[in-house]
Formats: sequence, structure tokens, C-alpha cells
Amino acid sequence: MNAYAPILVLGAIAAAFAVGSVVMASLTGPKRYNRAKLEAYECGIEPTPQPVGGGRFPIKYYLTAMLFIVFDIEIVFLYPWAVSFDALGIFGLVEMLLFIATVFVAYAYVWRRGGLEWD
Amino acid sequence: MNSLIPLLIAAPLAGAALLLLGGRALDRFGHWIATALAALSCAFGLVLFFDMLGRDTEHRAVTTRLFSWIPVNGFQADVSFQLDQLSIVFVLLITGVGTLIHLYSVGYMAHDERRRRFFAYLNLFLAAMLILVLADNYLLLYVGWEGVGLASYLLIGFWQHKPSAATAAKKAFIVNRVGDLGLSIAIMLMFAEFGSFAFHPVFSAAGDATEGKLTAIGLMLLLAACGKSAQVPLQSWLGDAMEGPTPVSALIHAATMVTAGVYLITRSSAIFDLAPDAQTAVVVVGAVTLLFGAIVGCAKDDIKKALAGSTMSQIGYMIMAAGLGPVGYAFAIMHLVTHGFFKAGLFLGAGSVMHGMNDEVNMRHYGGLRKYMPWTFWTFMAGYAAIIGFPFLSGFFSKDKIIEAALAKGGTEGWILGGCALLGAAVTAFYMTRVVLLTFFGEKRWQPDAEGNEPHPHESPKTMVIPMVVLTFGSLFAGGLFSLGDSFLNFLEPVTGFEEGHSPLNALTVSAIATVCMAAGVGLAWLMYGRSPVPVKPPVGSLLTRAARRDLLQDDFNHAVLVRPGSALAATLVWFDSKGLDGFVNGLAAAIGGLSGRLRRIQTGYVRTYALSMFGGTLVLVASTLLMRSV
Amino acid sequence: MIATHALAAAGGNSPSIPAPHIEYGQLSPMLVVFGAALVGILAEAFLPRRLRAATQLGISLAGLVGGFVAVVVLAAQGHASTRAGLLAMGSVAIDGPALFLQGVILLTAVLAVLTYAEGRLEPRINGHRIDAFAAQAAAVPGGEQEREATREGLRTTEIYPLTLFAVGGMLLFPASNDLLTMFVALEVLSLPLYLMCAIARRRRLLSQEAAVKYFLLGAFASAFFLFGTALLYGYAGSLRLGEIADVVSGVAPVTPALAVTTQNDALLLIGLAMVSVGLLFKVGAVPFHSWTPDVYQGAPTPVTGFMAAATKTAAFGALLRLFYVAFPGIRWDWRPVMWGVAILTMVVGSILAVTQQDVKRLLAYSSIAHAGFILTGLIATDRRGVAAVLFYLLAYSFVTLGAFAVVTLVRDSKGEATHLSSWAGLGRRSPLLAAVFALFLLAFAGIPLTSGFTGKFAVFQAAAGGGAAPLVIVGVLSSAIAAFFYIRVIVLMFFSDPQPSGPAVAVPSALTATTIAFGVLVTLGLGLLPQYFLDLATKASIFIR
Repeated sequence: MNAYAPILVLGAIAAAFAVGSVVMASLTGPKRYNRAKLEAYECGIEPTPQPVGGGRFPIKYYLTAMLFIVFDIEIVFLYPWAVSFDALGIFGLVEMLLFIATVFVAYAYVWRRGGLEWD
Repeated sequence: MNSLIPLLIAAPLAGAALLLLGGRALDRFGHWIATALAALSCAFGLVLFFDMLGRDTEHRAVTTRLFSWIPVNGFQADVSFQLDQLSIVFVLLITGVGTLIHLYSVGYMAHDERRRRFFAYLNLFLAAMLILVLADNYLLLYVGWEGVGLASYLLIGFWQHKPSAATAAKKAFIVNRVGDLGLSIAIMLMFAEFGSFAFHPVFSAAGDATEGKLTAIGLMLLLAACGKSAQVPLQSWLGDAMEGPTPVSALIHAATMVTAGVYLITRSSAIFDLAPDAQTAVVVVGAVTLLFGAIVGCAKDDIKKALAGSTMSQIGYMIMAAGLGPVGYAFAIMHLVTHGFFKAGLFLGAGSVMHGMNDEVNMRHYGGLRKYMPWTFWTFMAGYAAIIGFPFLSGFFSKDKIIEAALAKGGTEGWILGGCALLGAAVTAFYMTRVVLLTFFGEKRWQPDAEGNEPHPHESPKTMVIPMVVLTFGSLFAGGLFSLGDSFLNFLEPVTGFEEGHSPLNALTVSAIATVCMAAGVGLAWLMYGRSPVPVKPPVGSLLTRAARRDLLQDDFNHAVLVRPGSALAATLVWFDSKGLDGFVNGLAAAIGGLSGRLRRIQTGYVRTYALSMFGGTLVLVASTLLMRSV
Repeated sequence: MIATHALAAAGGNSPSIPAPHIEYGQLSPMLVVFGAALVGILAEAFLPRRLRAATQLGISLAGLVGGFVAVVVLAAQGHASTRAGLLAMGSVAIDGPALFLQGVILLTAVLAVLTYAEGRLEPRINGHRIDAFAAQAAAVPGGEQEREATREGLRTTEIYPLTLFAVGGMLLFPASNDLLTMFVALEVLSLPLYLMCAIARRRRLLSQEAAVKYFLLGAFASAFFLFGTALLYGYAGSLRLGEIADVVSGVAPVTPALAVTTQNDALLLIGLAMVSVGLLFKVGAVPFHSWTPDVYQGAPTPVTGFMAAATKTAAFGALLRLFYVAFPGIRWDWRPVMWGVAILTMVVGSILAVTQQDVKRLLAYSSIAHAGFILTGLIATDRRGVAAVLFYLLAYSFVTLGAFAVVTLVRDSKGEATHLSSWAGLGRRSPLLAAVFALFLLAFAGIPLTSGFTGKFAVFQAAAGGGAAPLVIVGVLSSAIAAFFYIRVIVLMFFSDPQPSGPAVAVPSALTATTIAFGVLVTLGLGLLPQYFLDLATKASIFIR
């Protein structure tokens, strides 16, 4: 049990901080509403108007997000290899080239299929 | 050379498969393929025959093992073939007559739209029959036995759009099942007694078994033979089987398949020789049937049914001869072969007549056909002369030997059997003369058919005439050839054994008496049907005639003794089944159905429910795994 | 900053991180299939539209057949028996069961891909041949974009590379020798399947719903698997199945860093249960089966056939390896639990199938029941059990593929006519097809002279020999219930009057015909002459550790 005690304590502190700051803000802060404040926050861009009854997000958002993740992960994977490039030697190089080639295949597909065009 | 034996069977089997699976592409020439393959099989048979003649007597029988069929510890069933003198006789008969009848069918079935299928079945029949006679064990024999039964069923019911044909096919199949049951029980008994069902081990061990067991096996084999060979009391299907196309009647229901019973008994001679009671039963069945069939043959107006009665009767001769033991086996087979020739010829002749007469089968609607169909007439006359035992033709030799062998049985039995055989010969002459007179002589009694078409009798095409002519040679000369120096007897003796019978009358006397009987029968028939015009409407006739027209009341007997009590029993069982068992079963089914309907509601279609059930399942799984440890 | 330094320093100080040893030759079945998948994607990217379908079919067949040849060559070289071993630093095992199942999966996939390419069933649109898959998978169902794509005769040829990726994952799944590899394989096989479920041409909403359900529940199950993996790592300090087994039996030394958690049996048992959940989900065992009917019904039928056959094979392979390699030491803990799962699966699958009115749902429940039958073989925990399961999977795969291929042929104007009422009297309208389907149903029911009988006999015999006789009794009873609904369909097809406006039976091209013919052939072959394959399965029944 001892081993887990610090985690529990950390969890409790985190929860208390989160709840506490929200409560504190609502108690102490000034309340001056305007239109911009009431709108949903959407990554800093203009919120998409939503038709009545719930609409769809354009699929392009998801596509872009997915592509971002794919290449993000590629970068994440490239980092440690780059750091220990000389230690991994020729084997590491070959494997990494194969990896990049594989991701490139996906890239080629996306590019040819118009996944990189917004409209 | 032994490798030819499987090919003998494979050729028609391949033909059947090809024609059945080949589809319509083969409609135009498939029948020629079938005929060619039958001829090929026949050629293989001839090669094997001459090869066998080239060896000395001890080495003539050969066996060849194709593969192990069911190898279970202590239960060895091989697909292996035995070709000996007895088998080769059958092989030649089956493939030879079979090829001729294929050829005949090319003409006969020319206008049938399902011709390809017909030839496929014929080939299937050849293959099955060859398996039957070539098997070296009873189990494989059984395969062939069932195979010919299947082919027979398919071909009798070939014109299945006719309800009568469909019914006849079913009848043949069901009656044969009774016989098949006998064969299967015999095989089981053999396995229980000898631990094998291959010919060689069974026959060599037969001497060690008790007579009671051998008698039981023998009687069961006899039952099988009765079913397949249409012997009393399982004879009722053969007459109806004439609903099949005529080539089928000639090949299967006259020349080959129906003689399988004779083959079975002759092949099992080692068992019958040690079971005299079973042998007596065989003789009695044979003697009764030979008279039974002959009487039925006298009364029928349907040409094919008259010939069917005759077939029954002639096979009765063979069965009787086979029941006489080593005195008669060889003669049974000899009569079988000559009968194969002349009866096939007669049936083909009948088919040719029907072909020319708009498929009319009633002989009272024939008359005076000899001028219109000369080839058919003369070939039919040859077969006629042979079957009634006209001196020095095929039937004369083979039948006389059987009569002699029957007399040689000695004592009262011998006189009774010999008397039956002689009486049978007289009746045979009577009904065959009747058939010939009604069909070919006298004035025309032709009737328009159902659509009002007047018949225009004409000679049949060459493909039909040629087989009839070829068979004519067999009808005329085969018997003489076989008897020349007892060549047939000497050939078969190593398999069937032979002992000289001691007839109370010498051979010449027997022949003379038989000839007199024959002449009497012919004369009587001429008196009744030759002198005066034959009425188109059958006269009422005597009690016996009326009974014989109804196949001596066999169907009525079967109906009263077997069918009605059987139906009653079935009805009782059905009642019990539907009220008792079904109630229980249906209740159970309803319960399961109800449960299913209830459980179905769990499947709501909502992912949240599914996820919840998975989560719950996981909890249970985890908990029970932990529980297992603590228990 | 400091951490980066330390990392750089570590890299600089140890110039020789030993290169892992990869046995490319022995991994070739998977590499060939994955390679073909990549080529397929490139083809998808660069080939003009009209060439794609044929090219993709060619690439897929080449990859799958190539993979199968590789499997056969490996087996011939003795990698299934004497030269069986661990590959890729112990994370992949190549041995009898792995190669046997890889062979089965590849053959199944070959036949499934043939049904994908079937272009004769749907009516042509503007002269374009179309198949069972959506014109444009991303288009909104019923929308203008979809109509336009349909008019132009577009086809989602991506189905081929997706299948190849799934097959690659399936090949790895039963061969994976550590839990992480197994998880990766699980995901590699699942993700393409989710997508494939969503691209039916007809009834697209149902298809998409199926895909979403499958995805959500699949992710849920994968989470359990991963959580279980973590717990087992905590228990054993290793993810290798063999090393977990060593820790279970107490022969492995304890890693000092993990001294607190190692050999904590609660971790072991909970981990085992959770990992099993992930796998039992894939095989469709009760109570993790609820996705099966919905997904089988919604997915395009050729995909359903592939999924039902190949996924089950792969997942049972993984389940076998998990229980026979990692946990034979605690079989007294997991066997009773699996007993319960097997009984539930057999009974619930059979009973629920009784009231189904849709052929595809019926087959889905039947597949659940079959998962139960296969589990009885797994519970035997001996070599015979493994052999029986392997044989059963071989038999079942081909029957399933054939049955679903038949389902694609019975159609009306709205596509496949899957409601049972429209199958009434099919035997009169199309005797051959009905007879073939009847054969498959009889095989499902386990009637002698079909592969189903031999398979069922083998698993029940193994279970009885392994001391699970009550399970066999339940199995036989469930088979009786199951036989009822299979035979009900046969009765419906042959002894009911056809509906006047009933479905027509489409005449397939040689592609689907080949698949069905193979199904019939294997079904009869394994029923009539099973000995060779039983021997093969027995020879392939030893796991390497």
C-alpha cells in the first residue's frame, strides 16, 4: 500500500486544485458577458455555424488531424534514431529507411487522392 | 495384364460421369461416347479372356487389389477384383450384350430429349454390374449389387412423367430392398462367423462352420437372389419393370442384372454345398418360379410382360439348376448365357415392333407384321426357336442339360423336378408360339393410338437391326458351340466343380421327351391362336387365365398379407409418434424457441448495451478467475 | 535539457547497441503480404481508375499465393517441426500451429478476395461493372456526391490493400510470442476490418453502423487486452509468453526492480482474465459476442465471409498460444472459467439462432455457437486438443466462406435477399445452389460425411479425453439445437412454395464459382477422407516456447 500512497496524495492535490480554481474563479472574478465570450472555443478559429438539429463537421478536419498524427508519429520515431544514429549503425539506417518508405507510400496515396487539398 | 481389370470398370464409369456432368454440350454425340466406351470395355474383356485361355487351368484365376477401402483393425475391406472363369463369362456377356444394346438404343432413343442421361445410366449400369461380378469379396459385391439396383431404378423410371413408370420404379426398388436386406444380413453373418467377407477366406473356412449357420447364410443369400432375380416370392416387380424403355428391359431385366441371383448362388457354391437344406430351398424356389413365370407369360397380352413372365420362368430354370449343386452349376450358367442371347434378341425384336407400331404393346392390336418388318420377324423367329428348345439351337442344349440334371436328383424328387422342368418346357413353347402368332401372323388388328394416328409399321433403322442380327447368331449357335466337346463345362469346372449326374433316363430319351413336350405346346398354341382370328378384345377366360392376367394374384397377396398390416402398424406408430414423441419434442422446441425470443431482447442494437454486457462479462470473468484460486 | 544530454551522452558512450537479429526468411509469409499491401496502395495512388480493380486483384492474389507458397516452403523445410523456433529476438514464434494457421488464413483470404472481385451480380451502371463495395466510401449515404460517384461507376478498390493488411495482422497474430507483438497484430488486423465493414454498396447506413459498433467495441476490447498486458508485465517482468510461463512455474529469477509486484497472483489472474477478454471478443465468445450479429449483417457479404473465417482462425490461434505457452502452469485456474465461457457460448449461440429471420444473422449466431465448440477443444489442454482445434478451424473456414458466398448470389432488386422468407422454395428455383447451401448447412450442423462432423468429432473427442465430459454433453445438446435451425433452412428451401415475387439467383462469374466450388470440395474432402489433414494437424500441434 505504501508504494501507492504518494500517487493517491498527488491525485487528491490535483483534484483539489482543479475544483478549487474553478470555484475560486467563479467566486472572485468579475462577470462581464459579451457575445464573443459566450461562443464555444474552437482552436482560435471562427466557430463553424451549426445547423439546427446538429450537423456534421466537414470530414476535412478529421482528415487533416489524422494526417498530422501520422506524420507526427513518424517524427517522434525519427528523433531517438537520429540521436543514437551511430550506435544503431547500418541496421538502424536500413530499418528506418524502410519505415520512411512505408510512411511515404501512405503519403503518396493521400497526395494522389487529393487528401492534401482543402477544397 | 491384370491392370486391365479396373479399366474394364473404369471405362463405363467414366462414361457415366462424363455424360452426367458434361451438360448439354454432349447432347449431340454423347450417346456415341457411351457406346464407344461400352465397346472398349468389351474389347478389354476379350483381351483378358484370350489372355486367360493362354494360361493353364490352375493359373487362370487372377486377383488384383486396387486399394484398401476401409482399413480398420480386424475389419479389412479392400477394393480388389477377382477374374476367374465364372467372372469372365459374365464380363463377356455383360459387355458384349451391353455394347449391342447401346448400339440399339442409339436408334431406339433417337427422338428422346433426355437421351444423354439415358446413356449415362446405361454406362452406370455396366460399371456396377462389372463390379458385381468382378468383386473378390461380398462387401464390394454388395456395392455392385446396390449399383445395379440404382441403375435399374433410374432406368425403369426413366420416363418419369408417366405415373406408371414412376410407380414401377419405386416398386422394383422397394421389393429389391427386401432382397438386399438378405444380402446384408448374410454378409454380417459371414463376418461374425469367419471374420472376413472375402471369397477365399470365407469359402476355405466354410467347412469349419456348423451346418445351421451355413444354412442361415445360404437362406439369406437366397433371399437376396430372389429379390434381384425376380423369383417367388419377390417376383412381383419384374412385370411392372417393363415400363422402362425396351433396351433396358432387354439388357437389365432379361439378359444381365436379373441373372445376378444365379451368379450369387453359383459363386457361393462352397456355402450351399455344405447346407443341403438351403439347397433344397433354392431348388423349390426355382421350380415354383419356372412354372409361375410360364403361366403368367401365357395370359399376358402386353408383349413385354409376356416376355417378362418368360424371363422369370427361364431364370427359374437357372436357379433350380444352381440349387442342384455341382451337377447343375455349369448348366445354370450355360443356360444363363444362351438365355442372355435369345432373350435380349426377343426383347429387341419386341422393341422394334413397338417402334414401328407407335409404341403399342398390346399384342391383340398387332397381327400380320411379318411382311412389314422382315428383319425383325426373322431375328425374332430365331430367338423364338431357341427359347422353345428347337432341336440343335441354343436353348435346346442348355435346357436339356438342366432337365437331365433335375432327373438325376433321383427318387421322387428327381421325377417331380424333372416333371416340372418338362411341363415348363411345354408351357414355354405354348406362350412363345402365342406371342409369335399374335404378333407376326394372322390378319391386321391395328388400332389407332391415343391421338388417332393409324400405325404405319416399318422396319427399324440399321442401328437397331444390326444388334438383333448379331444376337441371332448367339441364339442359334451358342448352345451348340458350348456343348461341342463339353467345352463350356470344362472351362467352368475349376470354379464351379462338376459331377456327372446319373439320370434314370439317358440323354437321348430326355431330348426326345423334351422335344415332344415342345411340339405339344406349339401345337396347342396353334390350335388356339393360329387357326381362327384372334379377337381384339380379350375374352373373359377361365379362372386361371384371369388370375394369371393379374400375375397370379401376387400383388393382391402382397397387399393383403404385407401392405395392409404394414400400413396399420405404420399408422399406429405414426399416432404414437405424433401424439407422444412429437408432443414432447415440439414442447421442447417451443420452449427453446421461447427462450430464444426472450434472450433476443438482449440484442438491442445499442452499442452502450453491448459495451455494458462486455464490461459485466469482464467483471464476472475476472471475479471467477480470482475465485477459482481462492476455492 | 538535462535528459536530452543524458540521452545523447548515453548514445555517444555506447557506440554499439547490438543490432537485433531478424530472420527475414522465416518471416517471409508476413513480409510478402505486407509488401503486396504497400504495392496495392501505390497502385491505388498512381494507376488510372479503369485499371485499378483488375490490378488490385492481381496484386492481392500474387501476395496471398506468394505468402502461401512461403508457408509451404517453410513447412517443407521443417520449420513446423524440427526447426521450429523463435524469431525476431523472440517476439515471433514459428512452429507447427503458426504455420498451419497461416496456411489456412492465406487460403481463406485467396478465396475471399475472389469473391470481392465478383462483378456479375450487381446490374451494370452506365456500362460499368460494379461490385459489392460502395462507390465512394467517404460520400454521405444517399447524398448527391454518392449519386454522382455511382453514376460514374466508381469502385472502392482500397478493399484489396485493406484486406492484405488485415491478413498480415492475422498471420502475425497466432505467431506472436510476446504480448506486445500480439497487441500490435491485433490492431493491425482489426483496424482494416473496421473500415472494410463500412463500405457496403447497398444498405450503407447499416454497414456504417456496423463499422462504428465494431470499432467502438473493438477498441474497448483492445483496451482490456492492453490493460491485462500491463498487469501481466507487472507480474512477470516480461511480455514474452515463455518467460511469463517460467515465472508462473517459479523457475525464473525475479527481477530486483519488480520485486514488489512479481509473483503477485492477483496481478496474474486479473491480467490473464483481461487479456482473454480481448481475445474472446475477437472469436465472438459469449458474453463478448454482441457485436457479431450486427457486424456480420451490416458488413458487405464478401467481407463478412472473410472476417468470419479468417479472423476466427487467427484469434483462436492467438488464444491457443496464450493458454498453451504462457499459462499451462495455472490451467487449474483458467480451465473452469473457460468451461463456463464455452458452455455459455454454445448454448446462447445455438438458442439465439433459433429465432433469427435473416440469413446473415443466422450465420453470425451459428459462428458464435461454433466458437463455443472450438473452445471445448481448447480446454482439453493437450496435444490432441490443439490438433482438433486446428482441424476444426480449417474445416470451418471453408464452410463459412462458401456459405457467405452463396448468400451473395440470392438477390432481388434491392440487392441481397437475406430475409429467410425470401429463401423459401429456393430448391425449386435453383436446385444446384440450394443443394450446395444445404451441404454447407449440414456441415455446420456436423452431419457425417461432411467436414463439420469430422471437426466436431475431433474437438469433442479431445475434450472428453481431457476430462471435460460434461462439456461434451452440453456441446452435443447444443449441436442438436443448432441442427434444428440449420435443417429448418433446408426444409424452407426445399419443401416450401417459392414466393411469387421472390429473389432470383444471380449467375456468378468464375470467381465466386471457384470459391463456392472450393468450399464444397474441402467440405466433402475433409468429411470423406479426413485422415491426411488430421495427421497434418496432429503433426503441427506442438507449440515452441
